[in-house]
Amino acid sequence: MTRDFWKAFARNRGAVIGLGILALVVLCALLADFIYPASPWEMTAMPFQPPGSEDALLGSDTLGRDIAAGIVHGARVSLLIGLTSTAVALLIGVTLGAVAGFHGGRVDDAIMRFTELFQTIPNFVLAVVLVAIFTPTIANIVIAIAIVSWPPLARLARGEFMALRSREFVQAAVTTGQGTGTIIFRHILPNSLSPIIVSASLMVATAILLESSLSFLGLGDPNVMSWGYMIGAARTVIRQAWWMSFFPGIAILLTVLALNLVGEGLNDALNPKLARKGKA
Amino acid sequence: MAGIASFLGRRLFKAVFILLAIVVINFLLVRAAPGDPAMVMAGEAGAADEQYVQQLREQFGLDRPLHVQLGIYVRDVAMGDLGYSYRQQRPVWDLIADRLPATLILTGTAFALALAAGIALGTLAAMNVGRWSDSAITVLALVSYATPIFWVGLMLILLFSVQLGWLPAFGYESIGAGYTGFERVLDIARHMVLPVVTLGLFYMAVYARLTRASILEVRDMDFVKTARAKGLGETRIVLKHVLRNAILPVITFAGIQAGHLVGGSILIETVFAWPGIGRLAFDAVLQRDYQVLLGIFFVTSVLVIVFNILTDLVYSLVDPRIEVA
Repeated sequence: MTRDFWKAFARNRGAVIGLGILALVVLCALLADFIYPASPWEMTAMPFQPPGSEDALLGSDTLGRDIAAGIVHGARVSLLIGLTSTAVALLIGVTLGAVAGFHGGRVDDAIMRFTELFQTIPNFVLAVVLVAIFTPTIANIVIAIAIVSWPPLARLARGEFMALRSREFVQAAVTTGQGTGTIIFRHILPNSLSPIIVSASLMVATAILLESSLSFLGLGDPNVMSWGYMIGAARTVIRQAWWMSFFPGIAILLTVLALNLVGEGLNDALNPKLARKGKA
Repeated sequence: MAGIASFLGRRLFKAVFILLAIVVINFLLVRAAPGDPAMVMAGEAGAADEQYVQQLREQFGLDRPLHVQLGIYVRDVAMGDLGYSYRQQRPVWDLIADRLPATLILTGTAFALALAAGIALGTLAAMNVGRWSDSAITVLALVSYATPIFWVGLMLILLFSVQLGWLPAFGYESIGAGYTGFERVLDIARHMVLPVVTLGLFYMAVYARLTRASILEVRDMDFVKTARAKGLGETRIVLKHVLRNAILPVITFAGIQAGHLVGGSILIETVFAWPGIGRLAFDAVLQRDYQVLLGIFFVTSVLVIVFNILTDLVYSLVDPRIEVA
């Protein structure tokens, strides 16, 4: 099973490259304190040093902080928020979707109305409002991102549960008198896992983009260095110092791209039947 | 025609329901905003003695039970009163109404261009599956998927305004230039190029991918084989037979995406100093002007609902199979 999985995953060259980039980003996040022991907020160079200077590899910002140090430390926040907010969104979305798909009828109706409501609300605006009102801390940012991103997961889980609900093995479990909880967790959930995993991996990418957008607007946690904040702070000096916003942007781009590629690779490996058409 | 009317009626009913829910969420958020609203108002008005605060409480019904307050709030919103911004000394609705046209022009143009270019590119990619143009379009889509739009905006400014000096970097029109008539339109159009391209690029990628996938799905269906067997030309088959069917999921998705587009305009307007409600939202965030922020939240939600109804109508026109009744 695992060997087949890796074989199918490795057949997608993009996915392997993505995994490589992702590993590098994770390494940066883990070893940030070794690579740049000083706080990324500390002045370590003259302000406005261009890239390639002696004391700042990728240049320094308006206050003399090292851009490279900021990027390495920023990897932590991006990954942390991307992963935890996806986990929370999964918890909300899959729970609601599972309940709706499993029970059907009125429960399904009510939950789907609720989901529709959240899909109508412009999600980035809601995230901005939530973070602004409840003050920007990591926990609030995570919750805000989760609140605006769970609906697609709920729809997906609902569809899977509805389809599996009528299958023989589930019916058999119902007939043998197993409890609802057992049926959901032991029988249906494991079988609906692969599309959910694929969506979740793509959602981590979206969450990282959302986080960077929030911190670009000045709604990031003021205690941690993040890529979006670096770009937002350098926005006004773009004419004099391109590097301050260029390199953090590349970091976001590569990370999100890697996650998307890995997501596609997972899709190929986990849903071989649905392998995308036209991929000669 | 009666079918469309009753369809619209049901959509409107649903829209009102969603709107009501949004108003309730809005109300809860107003109450959740930090600080006692009366104190905040008093503070912003520059006077905070106990008597004045008490008077404010009574004036705004803040001393009454929560459900009564909710009732008052719903009534106010229904009459177009979205609150008062003490920071700017103006009613929230006036502030938003001033800025709304600029945002509608920006997002509307970006949306139309993104849809047209996305469908064209997606069709091109699907017709050349496996060839270099397909790969190029797929890579372009992947990259724009992964790029934060505010960063794209900054980089475009860097290239086209700072380096090449071709296009203005920010604003809505040249201040003090005194253009009139056609010259003014041209001037505004020049200012629009960069923000529109930035906002549209991401959505173009989304629609291109979707169109490509959708065409590949339709391409092998029987009616296409029939058309081919009749000896129709490839272009005609693609345009008249394949695209017409393949475009439906794209329209559905485009409708759902409307909300994202409005959200994206907050970022774009911040980068390009575009005087729309997105920029207003950014200023409100900086000043923690919650009344304005929540007003924008409400108005953008209404915009999305209106847009969704429009998409449904377009959908029913494009696909006669859909029963609107």
